[in-house]
Amino acid sequence: MSEMSKIVRSISNLLLPFILIYGFYIILHGHLTPGGGFQGGAVVASGLVMVLVAYGSERFASWVKEKHLSVLESIGALGFISLAFLGLSTAFFYNFLAGKGGLFGDIPPEGSNPGALNTAGTLPLMNLAVGLKVIAGLASIVLVMGLASHYFKQGGENDT
Amino acid sequence: MSKRDLVGVISLLILVGFLGLGAASMREFGVVDRAYMDDYIISHSQDEVGANNAVTSVVFDYRGFDTLGEATILFAAVVGVIVIFRREVHE
Amino acid sequence: MIHNIPYLAVVALVAIGFWAMIFRKNLIKVIIGIAIIESGVNFFLVALGYRSGAYAPIYTHAPSGQMVLPVPQALTLTSIVIGVAVLALMLSLAVQIYKKQGTLDTRKGVLKK
Repeated sequence: MSEMSKIVRSISNLLLPFILIYGFYIILHGHLTPGGGFQGGAVVASGLVMVLVAYGSERFASWVKEKHLSVLESIGALGFISLAFLGLSTAFFYNFLAGKGGLFGDIPPEGSNPGALNTAGTLPLMNLAVGLKVIAGLASIVLVMGLASHYFKQGGENDT
Repeated sequence: MSKRDLVGVISLLILVGFLGLGAASMREFGVVDRAYMDDYIISHSQDEVGANNAVTSVVFDYRGFDTLGEATILFAAVVGVIVIFRREVHE
Repeated sequence: MIHNIPYLAVVALVAIGFWAMIFRKNLIKVIIGIAIIESGVNFFLVALGYRSGAYAPIYTHAPSGQMVLPVPQALTLTSIVIGVAVLALMLSLAVQIYKKQGTLDTRKGVLKK
């Protein structure tokens, strides 16, 4: 994909921080409000895709390497599985931090409450891991498709 | 209309007929039955998991295996797309 | 009958998707049909868990009253993510088929003279 006009690039520069902040808000408040790792990761990835469409896939690929994205995705997957294995003293996927005090260990009051961030045990950490995984996965899918579309435009080996 | 289109129309009509019969004879919309598991999760997600959001507590705690399989499928799809476009990107 | 309008809407979505899959020749339109069937199934799952007059199952600033069922919503979330993954794979395969065959028509192409 080639670069778009200066108006589009300026507006996407202006909008990118707000989209990133909104996406990370959805990821980090996944245990309190509607949302979670998948939804917030999709929001952040769509912000990155907006930059990709505005600047073209070649310039985007010079800033964000596909290698780095695959490392980020592996970190997300390994964090998710190791959080699941850490509760193995009781059961796989046991929530070993909930109700113990300390990190994310508080119990919210029964019924309707304003919501405290320091609750829910391993759920915020799992949200963060899955959010990293979804950001890296969707961004690398669109990045690879954009690079391949540039290849087809050049002619390539279209031998039919 | 060719023979192929005729076969398609007939099979589509049979499928839609059975689906419509099933939808018309289903239970009334908005009245659930056999919701014991969901009521347990709604009333216990705060003291067992500590999460205000019952949907997130189902996704990451009660049914963590589903989420593990889902993450595996997402990973496999990303790997598949990169493998399909490998020649175009790295040359 | 009038209470089953959401289920009939699900049937309409699935029928539109199957119609696109059977009668359209363009591969991209077949993929759009598969995506429409998928959204019909997601709609069915959410409609199964609805309890009339109830609120979302989230306790942050929740109004008092009943809550809708959380498990179908969680499974719909799983199904949506799997749908996105499968859609990306199908579109990549369609690009490769266009490169090999020079057309997206399912009834033409190099392999089928």
